[in-house]
Amino acid sequence: MSPLLEVEDLKVAFTRRGEPDSVAVDGVGFDVQPGEIVGLVGESGCGKSVTSLAIMRLLPERGNRVTGSIRMDGDDLLALSDSAMRERRGKDLSMIFQDPLSSLNPVISVGLQVTEVLTRHRGMKKDAARREAADLLDRVGIPDPRRRLDSYPHQLSGGMRQRALIAIALACTPRLLIADEPTTALDVTIQAQILDLLKQLVAETGTALVMITHDLGVVAGLCDRVNVLYGGRIVERAERHELFRTPRHPYTHGLLGSIPRLDGPPGEELAAIRGSVNDNLPWTDACAFAPRCPRKLDACTAGTPPVTENGRLLRCINPVEAS
Amino acid sequence: MLRFIVRRLIQVVPTLLLLSVLLFAWLRSLPGGPAAALLGDKATPEKIAELNTVLGLDQPIPLQYLRFLGRAITGDFGNSLITGERVTTEIARALPATIELSIAALLIAVLLGIPLGYVAARYRGRPLDTATVIGTLVGVAVPVFFLGYLLKQWFAVDLGWFPPSGRQAVDIDATHVTGFAVLDGLITREFDASWDALIHLVLPAIALATIPLAVIVRITRASVLDVMGSDFVRTANSKGLAPSTVRERHVLRNALLPVSTTIGLQTGLLLAGAVLTEKVFVWGGLGTLLAQAIERRDYPRLQAVVLLGALVYVLVNLLVDLSYAIIDPRVRVR
Amino acid sequence: MTTPRGSLRPRPSTLLKRKKTRIDDLGGRSLTADALVRLRRNPVAIVGAVIIGLFVLISIFAPLIAPHDAGAVFPELQRTLRPDSIPGSMPGFPLGSDQNGRDFFSRLILASRQTLIVGVLATLIGLVFGVVIGALAGAFGGWVDTVLMRVTDVLLSIPSLLLAISIAALAARPSQTTVIIAVALVNVPIFARLLRGAMLAQRDSDHVLAATSLGVKRSAIVVRHMLPNALGPVIVQATLTLATSILDAAALSFLGLGDGDPARAEWGLMLANAQAYLDVRPALAFYPAVAIILVALGFTLLGEAMREAIDPKGRR
Repeated sequence: MSPLLEVEDLKVAFTRRGEPDSVAVDGVGFDVQPGEIVGLVGESGCGKSVTSLAIMRLLPERGNRVTGSIRMDGDDLLALSDSAMRERRGKDLSMIFQDPLSSLNPVISVGLQVTEVLTRHRGMKKDAARREAADLLDRVGIPDPRRRLDSYPHQLSGGMRQRALIAIALACTPRLLIADEPTTALDVTIQAQILDLLKQLVAETGTALVMITHDLGVVAGLCDRVNVLYGGRIVERAERHELFRTPRHPYTHGLLGSIPRLDGPPGEELAAIRGSVNDNLPWTDACAFAPRCPRKLDACTAGTPPVTENGRLLRCINPVEAS
Repeated sequence: MLRFIVRRLIQVVPTLLLLSVLLFAWLRSLPGGPAAALLGDKATPEKIAELNTVLGLDQPIPLQYLRFLGRAITGDFGNSLITGERVTTEIARALPATIELSIAALLIAVLLGIPLGYVAARYRGRPLDTATVIGTLVGVAVPVFFLGYLLKQWFAVDLGWFPPSGRQAVDIDATHVTGFAVLDGLITREFDASWDALIHLVLPAIALATIPLAVIVRITRASVLDVMGSDFVRTANSKGLAPSTVRERHVLRNALLPVSTTIGLQTGLLLAGAVLTEKVFVWGGLGTLLAQAIERRDYPRLQAVVLLGALVYVLVNLLVDLSYAIIDPRVRVR
Repeated sequence: MTTPRGSLRPRPSTLLKRKKTRIDDLGGRSLTADALVRLRRNPVAIVGAVIIGLFVLISIFAPLIAPHDAGAVFPELQRTLRPDSIPGSMPGFPLGSDQNGRDFFSRLILASRQTLIVGVLATLIGLVFGVVIGALAGAFGGWVDTVLMRVTDVLLSIPSLLLAISIAALAARPSQTTVIIAVALVNVPIFARLLRGAMLAQRDSDHVLAATSLGVKRSAIVVRHMLPNALGPVIVQATLTLATSILDAAALSFLGLGDGDPARAEWGLMLANAQAYLDVRPALAFYPAVAIILVALGFTLLGEAMREAIDPKGRR
């Protein structure tokens, strides 16, 4: 089956006058099959959000440079004109963001924010759009949807706002939905509800989902395949169960190991990955993770580690053994 | 909603009362007291004492204040020391001139300022933006009266494009209906009078508009920049909406909120600017009245005009607050 | 108490001192240092600072720079005055004569002092009284706050120029002192509001709560914990107020509310008196006006740049 989305060697650099470029995404490549749920995992600063914005072409007009290709249906999204891209956004691919309150226009009603997508891409007239919008709000689990159409964002709870945003994103049944940490800003109890909702909806509509998160728990319950990012590159990619059972890259291994377990011995120290995200080496000279890696060899700082692919992707010369 | 309006109106009252107390105290604190001020050069201790009794100044102070308040509410602010006319009459006659000038200046500031601020923000960092920002900084630093004189010198005296002073040419016989020269000409179909009044308006309006224009441009630009970087604009873009939709429904509707507050503020400050501008262009409005009152120490007139200025400012700000409640749904809940 | 990086860092209570040093190790500059770095890089701030620096230097060394006295009338200049011409630069008089036969250049230079004095005094007095009132209102709250703020509101409800006019007009005989007092009084409510706002914003903040719960006296909390955090905005406002004070003082002179003695050298007065000679010798109005504009601009530029610099959000 040919992939829905193919990202190849994507690089995003932020430029500032008088200062050297700051590379946020350093050669990322992955693909998404139709209907698949793919995870993009990493700590803050690893480039996952920037990748998603690059796919949607929502990066600011100036101050950055994007290279590589992002193919959807054979078209390179990066090569499209602005108006052609606008045709696709909201209709073929859409996105939901982290903070539901700030992601909604505070001075217009929620209903209008839903109907405007319908009007724009499905050419619906006002009454039909309102009916459809109420229906959408109902499908995402918002009670009393017809009245809610005229509510303002500040009158809704956090969970309801995120549901509304999901409704907006799925209004035109896009083939790809990108979710950038959709539950991070929500209460824990609501998080589970929203994730279940997402899972259910994308299954119903056949939409592929790219799930961006730093939370491995979210990944475990949701994704089919997982990409682990570090320092702007993908360091490991595997199918979900394989990744959790046998994490091979020391970073992934460290992430999984740092999750505290209820059944561990009491008084056990938390296993943290030593150092911080800022202790980086550039990928061009070495393995970026080397300064923090417990399995570091001299060869790790000698040059860029090669990538191996055999069903799963791995960027490491001294990975954890597959048991 | 109605409760909100009523509540805000009630809040204004103590401010106005306090203002009147301060104004009263101010007048009483003049060296020699108001009697001395009224008598001017002819003040002698006996005459002052006489006048004090006549004016009721030997009554207990609270009683004086109440009488003052009573008269003030009915619009009696006494008589001008210069012309002897009732102050309220003078003000009523001069008011339309200042209002006309203020409206003209406000129109210039808003109609030019908001688009300019938006464009500057939209093309941020490019030459137009830089020039605009510099312009706003300089605009606020230029003394209004100097700018007025400059405009007068260059465009009226040197180039002769516009008249240097006054509201209407001496030889045009215009019929007064409302006191608004341009409007009157249109009503009575004396179009040449209207046109003449318009030409007279140009230079003073530009001078008066400079500071509000600079401030409005600056606030609009900052507000638009702020909103353009916000998350919901990003959401709007992610929906693939047409740029005009994003601009009008999402960016501007939010960006113009603080701008409207600024417009209100600047309107209230126009009277202060008018004082200076009217002096330069001999406009004959409230500002001219005030300038004269200052020069000749005409306290009754001074007091009334200042009170009026403050009143206008307070009311305009109230209007702005109320309009906020209409525009911004978040405010209504409170 | 050791404060490793500058004294404007928000201060947690003294008793948390030990923990603080550990956090220091993780790096990061204090707010002042951060702001100064941003300022140094900002071209707007540099331009403003340069202008102000020049202005201050000129006013300090004015008597040395100016070749003549401000009020001195020179017969040789008077002789050259005509109804339609006033001479420009002549030997010994770099900028020629003013309308009364005085040395224009000297008057221009010496006037900088007047302007600086008026601006600084009006701002300083306004600042001191305003800060005290605002701090009291914010610290005590309750009816003290309400009363003080009502009065402040009323003062703020009058456009500043009108207020200044009203106050200045009180004086039987106008003078520079009147102008300074009038403008200072206009500035007081601005600082009072600012301080009160800063106090209120901090009243419920964690570091104040921590100090209170540890039994620190209220006066100590206000002085040692809350005031230093309000310092930044006050400095910014003071800089901007210097600009407006200079402009307001010039306006008052223009309206005839300052010391009207034409022998006195003060830019606002010089500008006002030169209006009548605009077609004879426009330079007489131009130079003082440009001087006022430049100085006001300098303070405004620096003040705005400082405001951006201390904004902790640090957005560009």
